[in-house]
Amino acid sequence: MKRIIAVTGGKGGIGKSLISSTLALVLSERGLRTGLLDLDLTGPSDHVFLGLETCFPSEHFGIDPPTHHDIHCMSIAHFAGKSPSPLRGEDVTNALIELLAITRWGDLDFLVIDMPPGLGDATLDALRLLRRTEFLVVATSSRVVLETVRKTLRLLTELRAGIVGVVENMRREDSPAVQGLAREFDVPFLGALPFDETLEGATGDVSRLAVTPAVAALRRCASVLFARAQGPRPVGESPCA
Amino acid sequence: MHELALAEAVVTAALKFSDREGLSELARIEVRVGELQGIRKEIFEFALAEVMPAVEPRLASTEIHVEIEPARFHCRSCGVRFSLNEETGLRGAEEVEAVHLVPELAHAFLRCPACRSPDFEVVAGRGVSIGAIEGR
Repeated sequence: MKRIIAVTGGKGGIGKSLISSTLALVLSERGLRTGLLDLDLTGPSDHVFLGLETCFPSEHFGIDPPTHHDIHCMSIAHFAGKSPSPLRGEDVTNALIELLAITRWGDLDFLVIDMPPGLGDATLDALRLLRRTEFLVVATSSRVVLETVRKTLRLLTELRAGIVGVVENMRREDSPAVQGLAREFDVPFLGALPFDETLEGATGDVSRLAVTPAVAALRRCASVLFARAQGPRPVGESPCA
Repeated sequence: MHELALAEAVVTAALKFSDREGLSELARIEVRVGELQGIRKEIFEFALAEVMPAVEPRLASTEIHVEIEPARFHCRSCGVRFSLNEETGLRGAEEVEAVHLVPELAHAFLRCPACRSPDFEVVAGRGVSIGAIEGR
């Protein structure tokens, strides 16, 4: 796979799953071979956003992720169904490693990874096991959210992780807070998605999701990815070129 | 087939050890397979017997002994220790297959028989390991 984009932010409820799912949709619309991996093992929801019925995947020398709207989707939900999957630390790591090991992604241009909230096992495992991962950080202008996202950015920059940029979600009014946070860490501010009341009704219906104002805005934010679909930018080159 | 992939992994690990220790011949390999892996022992043994000689002549007459390690659990909530049985066991082919592929999904389908908690430690029966290698 050419690029791995992990959608993170640290805080729960800020729209990581929505952005992961619709980013995969937007990339796939452009004809890019796209995979979507839901790493929120205890609360998977990408399948809900995309209206994907969970189904036990087929196995042939590995697991073939079910394909939906040309997106290859892998989620623990395909195996656990409606059963809750409560997992402690080491179990998260082991389950993550199993999913990564058994899934046959094929030749992808992009693998989008929906990261769980927090800076726990999944984030640490993505950093150590998937060294080419680039992080797309989601934030809102809420002071509570900014507090956690700032810590996420601090950890990622200390570890010299690749950062695609910061996306502001659920914007209700013009606020420089998220843009300022991106500037504080010298990472690109990719843009903002508006608070979009039509999203709830569109959830589960890809054709309705695709025409929401939020997804329209995400297409603009994601343009930096289209421009460099072939691989991450060389170190030192401006991401806004 | 999961059994074949695991057989290849066992062979790779055994050869790595063999190279590190400078063994020219491997007489016996003991493989321990956790019950949660849901590996079919006879298929796994067959896969090892087919893969080994094809990969490495040193393994052509290696004796393989496969032991299934029973799953054992310790409930963190009430302290009860339990195993896979009719009461606690997996129901249906899909649950068995799910745990075979991702053993941590035991927490999705199993419950402590005493307090019904999913918060248990898997004390034994997870993973595949090489218990012993004899060679010279």
